[in-house]
Amino acid sequence: MRMSFVPATIAREPWKVILPLVALVLFGAAVLYSASGGSMQPYAASHVIRFLVFLVMALVISRLPEDLFKWLAYPAYGAMIVLLILVELLGAMGGGSQRWLNLGFMTLQPSELMKPTIVLVLASFYSTLPASMIASWRGLLPAFGLMGLPVGLVILQPDLGTSLAICFGGFVVMFLAGLPLRWFIGAGAAAAVIAPIAFFTLLHDYQRRRVTTFLDPESDPLGAGYHITQSKIAIGSGGLFGKGFGNGSQSHLEYLPEAHTDFVFATMAEEWGLIGGLFVLLVFAIVLRWGLVVARNAKSRFARLLAAGMTVTIFFYIAVNLMMVVGFAPVVGIPLPFMSHGGSSMLTIMICVGTLMAVNRWNQRSSSFT
Amino acid sequence: MLDDKRHVSQATLHNSFDRRSIFIGSVQGGVGVLLAGRLAYLAVAENEKYELEAESNRVNLSLIPPRRGWILDRKGRPLASNRADFRVDVVPDRMSEDAATITQLADLLQLSAVELRDLQKKVKKSQGFAPVEVASGIDWDRFAAVSVRLPDLPGVVTQRGYSRYYPTGPSVGHLLGYVGTASREDWLKEDKAPLLITPGFKIGKDGMEKQFDLELRGYPGARRVEVTARGRIVRDLETRDDVPGDSVRLTIDGPLQDYAARRIGLESGAVVVMDCRNGDILAASSMPSFDPNSFSDGIGSIEWKMLREDDHVPLRNKVLRGLYPPGSTVKPMVGLAFMEAGLDPEETAFCGGGLRVGSRVFHCWNRRGHGHVNLAKAIYQSCDVYFYHFAQKIGMDRIATMARRLGLGEEYDIPVVGQSYGTVPDPAWKKRKYDRDWETFDTVNATIGQGYVLANPLQQAVMAARIASGRNIMPRLLYKNQAPKIASLGLAPDHLAYVRQAMADVVSGIGTARRAALPLEDIRLAGKTGTAQVVSLSVSGGKTGPWKYRDHGHFICFAPFDNPRYACAVTIEHGGGSGSAYPVARDVMTFLFDSTKALEKLHDLERAWGGTAQQRLDAKYSATVAEVGDGAQETEGEEEPEEVLEQETAPPEPTAPIVEEARTPPPEPETPTLPDPASPAPGATITGNEGAVGSDPPAVPAPADPAQAAPSPPSQPSQPPQPGAATP
Repeated sequence: MRMSFVPATIAREPWKVILPLVALVLFGAAVLYSASGGSMQPYAASHVIRFLVFLVMALVISRLPEDLFKWLAYPAYGAMIVLLILVELLGAMGGGSQRWLNLGFMTLQPSELMKPTIVLVLASFYSTLPASMIASWRGLLPAFGLMGLPVGLVILQPDLGTSLAICFGGFVVMFLAGLPLRWFIGAGAAAAVIAPIAFFTLLHDYQRRRVTTFLDPESDPLGAGYHITQSKIAIGSGGLFGKGFGNGSQSHLEYLPEAHTDFVFATMAEEWGLIGGLFVLLVFAIVLRWGLVVARNAKSRFARLLAAGMTVTIFFYIAVNLMMVVGFAPVVGIPLPFMSHGGSSMLTIMICVGTLMAVNRWNQRSSSFT
Repeated sequence: MLDDKRHVSQATLHNSFDRRSIFIGSVQGGVGVLLAGRLAYLAVAENEKYELEAESNRVNLSLIPPRRGWILDRKGRPLASNRADFRVDVVPDRMSEDAATITQLADLLQLSAVELRDLQKKVKKSQGFAPVEVASGIDWDRFAAVSVRLPDLPGVVTQRGYSRYYPTGPSVGHLLGYVGTASREDWLKEDKAPLLITPGFKIGKDGMEKQFDLELRGYPGARRVEVTARGRIVRDLETRDDVPGDSVRLTIDGPLQDYAARRIGLESGAVVVMDCRNGDILAASSMPSFDPNSFSDGIGSIEWKMLREDDHVPLRNKVLRGLYPPGSTVKPMVGLAFMEAGLDPEETAFCGGGLRVGSRVFHCWNRRGHGHVNLAKAIYQSCDVYFYHFAQKIGMDRIATMARRLGLGEEYDIPVVGQSYGTVPDPAWKKRKYDRDWETFDTVNATIGQGYVLANPLQQAVMAARIASGRNIMPRLLYKNQAPKIASLGLAPDHLAYVRQAMADVVSGIGTARRAALPLEDIRLAGKTGTAQVVSLSVSGGKTGPWKYRDHGHFICFAPFDNPRYACAVTIEHGGGSGSAYPVARDVMTFLFDSTKALEKLHDLERAWGGTAQQRLDAKYSATVAEVGDGAQETEGEEEPEEVLEQETAPPEPTAPIVEEARTPPPEPETPTLPDPASPAPGATITGNEGAVGSDPPAVPAPADPAQAAPSPPSQPSQPPQPGAATP
C-alpha cells in the first residue's frame, strides 16, 4: 500500500510549476556563473544550493494542514513584529540603520518575511470575519492596524521598497476579501493627493532622488541615473539573441551595477537577448497563473485569500524589479525572484511557493474526497 | 447591491473574489505584456543605439601623440629631433586628492624640493582638463614605480613617448624656438581639438617650431582599449600608428650655426651668415640663449628667473629682434650712394679731426684727423669727416634710397615669428614721425649709421650680401634645391668694384680691421667695421665702464672678396667697439673654409671661458639653484614663464631703453653737446687679444668738444626724441 502510494504522492506534486522553476533557477545560475567571470563561485553554486534547500523547505510547508496555517497566523505575525522591533533596537545601538539579523549561518531580514506573513494574517482575519461586517469599519480598521504596525517599523529602517511590498500584499488581500470597491477608488483618489505631499515630507533625500532621476535618468548620468541608463544599455545592446554566453561587456566590465543581484535581468538580457527575456517572462507567467488558479480552486475563503495573496507577493517582486530594470520604475532595492543572488528574498519567495503548494494539496485532497 | 451590508454573504464574497481575481490576473498579464513590449522595444527597435553606447562604454580611445617632424639643416642633419622617453603627466580634473597624489608622485619620482614646488604651482594654475607634465625623460625604474601604482593614483598618466631633442641646445634656441603643452588659448583656437590636451603632445611655441607647427605636427595615432567602468585597461583592441609630422629643411648649416653661437662666447650678440649666391641663411645665431631642451620640458621657475634677470637678454632673438645703430658698417652703402649721385670717388675731403656743422662740431673718431681722404680711405680708415662733408652735398634722400635698396629698413619674407625692421630715416619720415623738419645734423648723424638709423643683424648681413653680389639678394630660410632668380640691383659695376676693394683694404694693413684677415693663404676677406655709440660720451667713453654703456661692435664682411660666396654680419652688444665683433666674424668665416682650424681656435677660447655654451648654461643654472636654492620660496608673484616670454619677444622694442635716450642727437641745433656719433675703427693699433672682446680697443671716439659743451649740460638724456620707428 505504501509502495503504491509513493508514485501517487510524487505524481500529486505540482510538477508543472516545479520544473519551470528549476529551469529558471538553473538559468539564473548560468547567468550568475557568467557574471562572476565564468566561475561557480561565489554566486552560481550557492544560488542553486539555496534553491534546493528552500525547495525542500517548500515541500515540507506544502505538507502542513490548513488548520496549522490558521493557528500559526497570529503567533507568526507577533513573532515578526518582535523581530522587526529587535532589528530596530540593534540598529539604534549600532548607531545606524540595520535591516537584518545575523543568525550565524545566514542573515535574516525580518521585513522580508513580513511580506508573506501579512498575507497570512490578513487571510486569517478576513476568513474569520463575518460576511456582514466586511463592508463596515470592523472589516477595515483591524486590517489597517495589522498592516500599519509592520509598515511603520519597516519605514523606520528605512526601507521604502519593502514597506510598499507589504502594503501591496495587504491591499490585494483586502481587495479580494470583498471590501467595497468605492473604498479602493476613494483610497486611490486620496493617494493621488497624499503621494506628492508624502514625496516631499516623508521620503528621505536619497529616495526622492531615485524618483526624480527615474523620471529623467539622463539628468544625472553618473549618479543615481547611472543604474537605469546602464541597465537599458545592457538590455538594448543585447538585441534579439544577445551577445552570447559570457560575452556581456556591460556586466563583465562592471558598467552595470549590482549585476548579480538587483540588475541580474539586465545581465541576462545582454547575453541572451530578447529570447532570454521572453523565456524568463514565460516562466513567471506560468508560476503566477498557476498561483491564481490554485487560489480560485481553493475550497475555503482562507485558502483562497492566502493563495492569491502569496501569488501577488511574488508578482510584486517580479513586476517592480523588471519595471525598474527596463526603466519603468525608480531604482528600489528589490531582487528578481529565482534569478537574483540573495538568501532572504529567496527564502520569502519559497515560503510563498510552499504555501501555494500547500493550498494546492488542500484542493487536491478535498477534490479527491468529493 | 453589493455595497449594501445586509445582503453581503459568503456566496457574494466568493463571487466577488472570482471577479476580482480575474481583474488581478488581468493586471498581471497586462504588466507582463507591457514588459515584453518594452524588452522588444529596447532590444530590437533601439538596439543600434544601445549597442553603440555599450561600445562607447567598453572601448576607450586614447590618442597617441604624433612624433614631431624633424627640423633639418641644409644637408639633412637634424637640428631638432625626437628621443624616446618615459614620461608622467597628471590631469588635475581627474585627480581625487590633488595634494596627496602629487606628494606621492614626487616621492616615487624622487623630485627635488624645487621641482615639487614648481609642480604644485603648475597644477594650481592649470586649466584642469589639460595635462600637466610631472616628469619626462625619467629612467625605467622610476617610471615603473609610478606605473604599478596607477590604480591608486587617479588622474596620473604614464606614457612611453617622445620628447623633443635639440642636439646643439642653446645654439639653436632662438632660431628654432621650442615646444610646449598647448595653452588654453591654443586649445580654443583649434576648436578644442582633443589632440591638444593629450598628455605628451606639444606644440611649437616659438621660432621655426611655431612657424611650421602644422607641418611638423603630423597626425595622432589611436589606441583602442577595452576598459572597465573604473578605467582599468583590460586589453588592447587595436592600435593605429601615428603619422609622424613632415620634416622641415632649413637653409641653416648646422655645424656653422653651432660654431657661430659658441664663438660669441661670453658676449651678448648675434651672427648671421648668408650665401651670397642665393640668399640662403646659413647661420643665424643669437647668444646668450636658452636651452630649448629644458624649455620644451616645461621650464622651471629658477631657470626662468635666471634667464629673465640676465642683462644679456637671453630671451631675445637678437638676429631679428635686436635693433642697433649700425654705425660705420653703413659707410660702403653711403659710398655707393655718393657715387651713384655722381661723386668722383677720388675727390677728397680734408679731415682735421672734426667738422663744424651749423653751430656744432662733429668729430671724427680719430681726433688727430685723417688728412686728405678719398672714398676708399674713408671706408678703410672709416673716416667720419669725409662722410659728414659729402653727405651734406648729396642729401639724405639719396642715401636713404640706397639704404633701402641694400635691404635696410626692410621686412623680409622669411618664415619667422617676428622681425623688427628698424629705421631708415629721411626727411619725410621725420616729418611724419615727429612733425619736425629734417636738419643737416640729422644727415650727418645718419651718414655714419647713428642718429635715427636702426637695423637688425640680419639686415646688415643682407646689406653685405647685396654689396658683395650686386644683386637683390633676399634671405631664405627654407631650403630649396634650385637657385632663385635674383635681379641685379642696377648698380654700376665699377662702383661696386671700388667699394669692394675698399672693404678688402679694411682687412689689410692700412685698414681698421687688419687682424680680421682670414688665416688662410688664398682667401681674402672684405669687411667693414662699425662701432655704435650707446650713450652720450658725457655718460661713458664707450670702451670701459658699466657694461650697458659700452659701444656696440659691428662687423660686416664677405669672402672671397674677388668672387663673393659668403656674407656675414656680427653684432656684439656693448662689446666696446668693433674690435669685439670682427674676430668673431673672422673665425666664423674661417670655419666655412677650414673648419678644423676654426675649431682649434674655438676650443682654446672655450677652455678660457669655462666650457661650451651648453656647459656654461648648465653650470650657471646649477649655481643659481645653489644660490636661490630651496630658499626660493619667495618666488615673488612671478608670471607664467611662457606668457612672459611672449611679452618679452613680441613687442619689437629696439634695445635697452638707455640706448635710445642718449644715442640720439639733440633735436635743438643750439644744444652743443652732441653725442659724438663717431664710429671708431679701432683696427690700426689694436692690442691683439681678440678673444677677450671686452678689452679696450685703442681707438677712441671723439669726445664732445668741451667748449661746445659749455652752454648747456652735456648730457640730455631726457630731451631727445625717441628714435623709435622700431615698430614694424
